[in-house]
Amino acid sequence: MDQFSVTLGSKAPCAGKPQDHGHALPILHEIRHALERLIATGEETRIDLNAMPFGPGDLDRLRAWLGTGEVQASVSAMGLTLIQETAIPGVWLVDYQNADAQRLTLHLEIAPVPEILRPQAQDLAEAIATLDARLEEGQSNPPRSS
Amino acid sequence: MPVRKNPDKTLGESLRDHGLSRRGFLKFCAATASMMALPPSLVPAIAAALDAARRPSVIWLSFQECTGCTESLTRSHAPTLEDLILNIISLDYHHTLQAAAGEAAEEARFQAMEANKGDYLVIVDGSIPGPDSNPGFSTVAGHSNYDILMETVEHAAAVIAVGTCAAFGGLPQANPNPTGARSVMDLVKDKPVINVSGCPPIPMVITGVLAHYLTFGRLPELDAYRRPLAFYGQSIHDRCYRRPFYDRGLFAESFDDEGAKLGWCLYRLGCKGPSTYNACATMKWNDGTSWPIESGHPCLGCSEPSFWDAGGFYEPLSVPLTATSGDLLKTATVGAVVGGGVAMLAKKRAKDAVANRQPVTVEELEDRL
Ligand code: SF4
Ligand code: SF4
Repeated sequence: MDQFSVTLGSKAPCAGKPQDHGHALPILHEIRHALERLIATGEETRIDLNAMPFGPGDLDRLRAWLGTGEVQASVSAMGLTLIQETAIPGVWLVDYQNADAQRLTLHLEIAPVPEILRPQAQDLAEAIATLDARLEEGQSNPPRSS
Repeated sequence: MPVRKNPDKTLGESLRDHGLSRRGFLKFCAATASMMALPPSLVPAIAAALDAARRPSVIWLSFQECTGCTESLTRSHAPTLEDLILNIISLDYHHTLQAAAGEAAEEARFQAMEANKGDYLVIVDGSIPGPDSNPGFSTVAGHSNYDILMETVEHAAAVIAVGTCAAFGGLPQANPNPTGARSVMDLVKDKPVINVSGCPPIPMVITGVLAHYLTFGRLPELDAYRRPLAFYGQSIHDRCYRRPFYDRGLFAESFDDEGAKLGWCLYRLGCKGPSTYNACATMKWNDGTSWPIESGHPCLGCSEPSFWDAGGFYEPLSVPLTATSGDLLKTATVGAVVGGGVAMLAKKRAKDAVANRQPVTVEELEDRL
């Protein structure tokens, strides 16, 4: 099939590659400072990438710079939250989405483990009671298979 | 729309009733922080405050407007955070959205006002024909916009003017202002008024202001035009990704020249970004997809006073645009309550007007046309 193309009045070629607006580089410096704090004191940092005045291509450039690590995870609560480790240990991309897979916000988390992956303190406090309830239920009504 | 008297559940309880887990709540708080333009480090504080927050009753009044502001709020793809906020606040009256009509609708407004006296929020979209104008230019249930506004704000905790028409008069007030349109802050002098300007405002900014009130139980910090600083604290130009081109003197001279295609600065095509304060550059539009300058169009300055009368949209800025009305600056205060004799006088005038409120008659219409 022929390539469908839209021709504009001017002969100037449309930019194939998005312009570099230079807005991704300062974030890398911010991450560097955050990593230093994490290593020295254990202090964690979250950066809201939604609040950055990125132009077209800036976010892709930042993601390319950070690369992809080994861990991927997802949390299913009020829609999905997708967690991706970057190639820099301790630097995570946390993509909060609604039930229609639209982004609510995108954070960079500089932490050993992203907050949303850890059990919440109140849930942990209720853990034994939850397990006991299941044990009780299990004794009176044991699972049929395995 | 059912009227909920003194909503007694906290926000945390309501969300858990909706089946939201604690991780879901954490996510809700992260998104809320982002929506309020607050740093993610405040998420734990927001979570604690939201968990204990109570739902405010909200009465939404629409006057001389195009419904674009309500569209902006409701036309995002459901279910969104905005929906969640709207389901959580007790929206007791919104005549565009509510199922009730006629006397039942007006009754719902009176009930909500009575049950939540002193605590309810009033949101207004649209400008109002002033007290000296022909009241027939805009009426609801036969009553003038002015009378309804004054009656409804009397026992309100605060008034939020949504959209440039309510905030600054907007299109109805543009020359020659045939209806004598006035802004909310021109008329309401004895209540805190917050302006959420924009034509329309960004939906996240409308809900962000509500979320701030919900979270902290008080109104956000405001600029000289009573706009929340968190969203209107920086100019479009300050946060524009094309700024490096402006700084290097690289400008598009027409909409299809090479500079335009290379994404250069739109200043010479009439961009009002340098004199416009709004959150478009970071919050963007259509669920964060893009915003006018990213799609190649100059900023029109829609969140500024008198933007319709501020010269051609495609004329380059020569001098910085400021409010043309001296009144505006004089009455604008950072923060909340307007005190003193002026406020008292205005209150008395409002009371007298409410007490003497009469439906608009045909004779009156013809008389003043
Ligand atoms: S496009 Fe407008 S807002 Fe952006 S840098 Fe140019 S003048 Fe400023
Ligand atoms: S870019 Fe300017 S004109 Fe466009 S919506 Fe934002 S403030 Fe209004």
